[in-house]
Amino acid sequence: MSDQNSPEVVIDVQQVFKSFKQVKAVRGIDLQVYQGQFLALLGPNGAGKTTLVEMIEGIQKPDSGRIFIHGKSWKGNEESLHRLIGISLQETRFIDKLTVAETLRLFASFYQLPARRIEEIIELAGLQEKRKSYVVNLSGGQRQRLALGIALLNQPKILLLDEPTTGLDPTARRDIWQILLNLHESRQTSLILTTHYMEEAEQLCDFIVLIDKGKIISQGTLNQLLAQDKEVKNIEFSLEGNLSNFNISQIQKDIQMDWDEKSGKGILYIKSIENQLPNFISTLRANNISLKNIECRRPTLNDLFLSLTGRELHDA
Amino acid sequence: MTRNTLEHHLPQLIIAHFKEIIREPGVIFWGIVFPILMALGLGIAFTKKPDLVRTVAIIENNVKSGGGDSAVTDLIKPFTDQFTLSRNEEGELSLKIPDEQLGNMTYIFTPKSWNEATILLKRGQINLILENKGGQLYYHFDPMNPEAQLLYLKLSQIHGGKLIQTDLSRSQIEPLTVTGTRYIDFLIPGLIAMGVMMSCMWGLSYGIIDKRSKKLLRRMIATPMRKSNFLISLITVRLGMNIIESLLLFLFAYMFFDISIQGDLIALLIVFIAGNVAFSGIAIFISSRTANNEIGNGLINAVVLPMMVLSGIFFSYHNFPDWAISVIDKLPLTLLADHIRGIFIEGSGIPEILLPSVILSAIGIGFFSIGLKIFRWY
Ligand SMILES: Nc1ncnc2c1ncn2[C@@H]1O[C@H](COP(=O)(O)OP(=O)(O)OP(=O)(O)O)[C@@H](O)[C@H]1O
Ligand SMILES: [Mg+2]
Repeated sequence: MSDQNSPEVVIDVQQVFKSFKQVKAVRGIDLQVYQGQFLALLGPNGAGKTTLVEMIEGIQKPDSGRIFIHGKSWKGNEESLHRLIGISLQETRFIDKLTVAETLRLFASFYQLPARRIEEIIELAGLQEKRKSYVVNLSGGQRQRLALGIALLNQPKILLLDEPTTGLDPTARRDIWQILLNLHESRQTSLILTTHYMEEAEQLCDFIVLIDKGKIISQGTLNQLLAQDKEVKNIEFSLEGNLSNFNISQIQKDIQMDWDEKSGKGILYIKSIENQLPNFISTLRANNISLKNIECRRPTLNDLFLSLTGRELHDA
Repeated sequence: MTRNTLEHHLPQLIIAHFKEIIREPGVIFWGIVFPILMALGLGIAFTKKPDLVRTVAIIENNVKSGGGDSAVTDLIKPFTDQFTLSRNEEGELSLKIPDEQLGNMTYIFTPKSWNEATILLKRGQINLILENKGGQLYYHFDPMNPEAQLLYLKLSQIHGGKLIQTDLSRSQIEPLTVTGTRYIDFLIPGLIAMGVMMSCMWGLSYGIIDKRSKKLLRRMIATPMRKSNFLISLITVRLGMNIIESLLLFLFAYMFFDISIQGDLIALLIVFIAGNVAFSGIAIFISSRTANNEIGNGLINAVVLPMMVLSGIFFSYHNFPDWAISVIDKLPLTLLADHIRGIFIEGSGIPEILLPSVILSAIGIGFFSIGLKIFRWY
C-alpha cells in the first residue's frame, strides 16, 4: 500500500517498446501517473503518442516492457480494468444512424449504468439540443464532445484521451477544456492526454511529457520545463525601412534567429542580452533600418522542443 | 440500488444494430423490394407463356430473286390448305400454327446469305439455318443446343407432314397447371435461400469490415462489453431481418402467384435457421481480418458468385455434368435452396431436412469458431 503522504501511482509504464515492421514507434518509455494527476503527452505527428496510449488502454500489446494500472497488468484483468478507465480514441466514428442519446444508452449498457447517467452526460457534454440527432449529422466539435461524454460515462478513475481537440476551432476547443478543467478540480480522476497543441498541455495538465520519435525527451511541470531553457531568451522584434537591400545574414552569423522578410518580423534566440543585443542594434543602425518594436517573450514549450530537437512542435 | 438500470448489454446491442439497419433506406429496397421485383419479373416471364416466336434463316441456292419461297413452300406443302404464309415488307415469311394446349407457335423465315445467317446464329438470334440445296432441305444447327434440336424436330415434322394435330394424339397431352410445378414455384424457394445468403454475406461481412475500418470495433471492446455478444447481436438482427424479408417475399408470391407451402412449417423454420447459421458463420469468417472494403468486396463476391451461378437458384443445376453435380449439391446454398424447395413443392417434413440442417449448422458453427479465433478487433 502507498503511504499516506505520497499519492498512489495509478499508471506505471516500464521500459515499453513497440515496433511496426520497419517503424520503431515507441522506443523505451517509462512513465508514472499519480492519483488525480493530469498528464500531457506532447509531441509532433508520428512521435508515438497514440501507440503509447493504446498500449496503456490494452488495445495494443507492447513488444517488451510492462504496464500496470492500479498495480494490475492487462492480462487476465481486462474486465475489471475496462470498468476503471474511460477512453477516447484519436479517430473513432460511432454508429452513423444512432442518435446521441441512443449511442450513450448503448455504451451505458456495457457498464450497466443507471439511465439517469445518460442525462447527466448529455448535459455535461452540452449536447442537450442534439440528443435526437443522428451521430452522422453532428459537427466535428459535437462529435468530439460525444466521444468525451462516452469516455466519462462510467465515472472513470483513469481517463485516456487521444487528441480530444484536434481539428476543432478555438471555441469548441475551450468547451472541451472547460469540461476537463471541472473534472480536474474534483481530483478523482487521473488523465493522460495526448496533443500537439502546447497551449492545451499548458492549460490543462500539471505534468507534461515531451515525446519525439518514440522517446521521452523531457518531462516535468510547465515551470520546470521552461526553466531548463533559461539561458536562451526569445526576443521578438519588427523592423522598418528599406528591408529589400538589407542583408540579414550579417546578423545571422552572430545570433540564432527566425526571420520573415515579408512581415518584417523576427525572433532572436539570445544567450546574453548584454553581449549580443548591442551588436544587433548597431548593425541595424549601420544599414539605416529602424527598430519598430522589440520585446522579450516568455519562452514556450515550442521553444524548448525546438532547442531540444531542432524542429517545431506543431509543423503547420 | 435503483431498479432503473439497463440490465444487460445484449438487448441494447440488438436494438442498436436493428435501428442501424432499418434506418438505412437502401436496406428496404435491396432487402425487400428488389427480391420481390425479381420474383415478379422472372415469374411473369416464365410462367405466363405468350406465343412462341422462332426465327429461322433460310438460304436459297437456286432461286436468284424475289425472296426464298421455294424452300418454305416446300416445307409446308402437306398443309397448304390449313396454313397460309404471310410476308412482311422485309421479305420475311411468317407461318402461324395455332395450338390451344401447347401455345401458339409462329415461325418466321428470314432469307439470308450464309454469312449473315452464321452471324445471327453466333449472336443467338436464331438457332437454326434452313438451306435449300437443289430442292433438298438441309438443317444446320448445334446438336448440343436443346432449343435448336426441338426446333429441328418441329420443322422436320411439318416437312414430313406429321405435325401433331389429330385429335387422337392430342388427347395424350395433359398440360400440368397444378401449383408446385410452375417455374415460379421453383423460383420462390430459391430466391428465399439466396436472400439469406446475400443478406448474411453483405449485411454481416460488410457491416463488420466497416465498423473495423471506422475503429468502432476497437472502441467498443475497450469497455466491459463481451466480444461474443457483439457478434451474436449482429447475427440475431440479421436473422430477424431475413425472416421479415422472406415473409414479405412469400406473402407477395402467395397473393400474386398463388404459391403455397406443401410441407411442414416447423421443418421450414429449422432449415431456414440452419441456413442463417451457415451463412452467418461464413460471413464472420470472411470478415474476421480485413479492414479494407475493397478486399471485403472481393472476398464476399468470391463466396457469393459461384454459389449464385451453380446452386440452382434460377435454373436447375441438373444439366451440369455428373462430377460437377456431386460438388454442387454439397454447397451450402444448394443445400438450403434444395431443402426449402423440397418443403415448398414436394411436401418434405422434418425427417428429410434433419441431416442437411445439421450439416448447415455445423458449417456455420465451424466457420464462426475459426473466425472468432482469428478475429481482428483492432
Ligand atoms: N498500425 C501501424 N502500422 C504501421 N505503422 C504504424 C502503425 N501505427 C503507428 N505506426 C507508426 O508508428 C509511428 C508512431 O505513430 P503514432 O500513431 O503513435 O504517432 P502519434 O504521435 O500518435 O502521431 P499523431 O500526432 O499524428 O497522431 C508512426 O511513424 C506511424 O507511422
Ligand atoms: Mg496519434
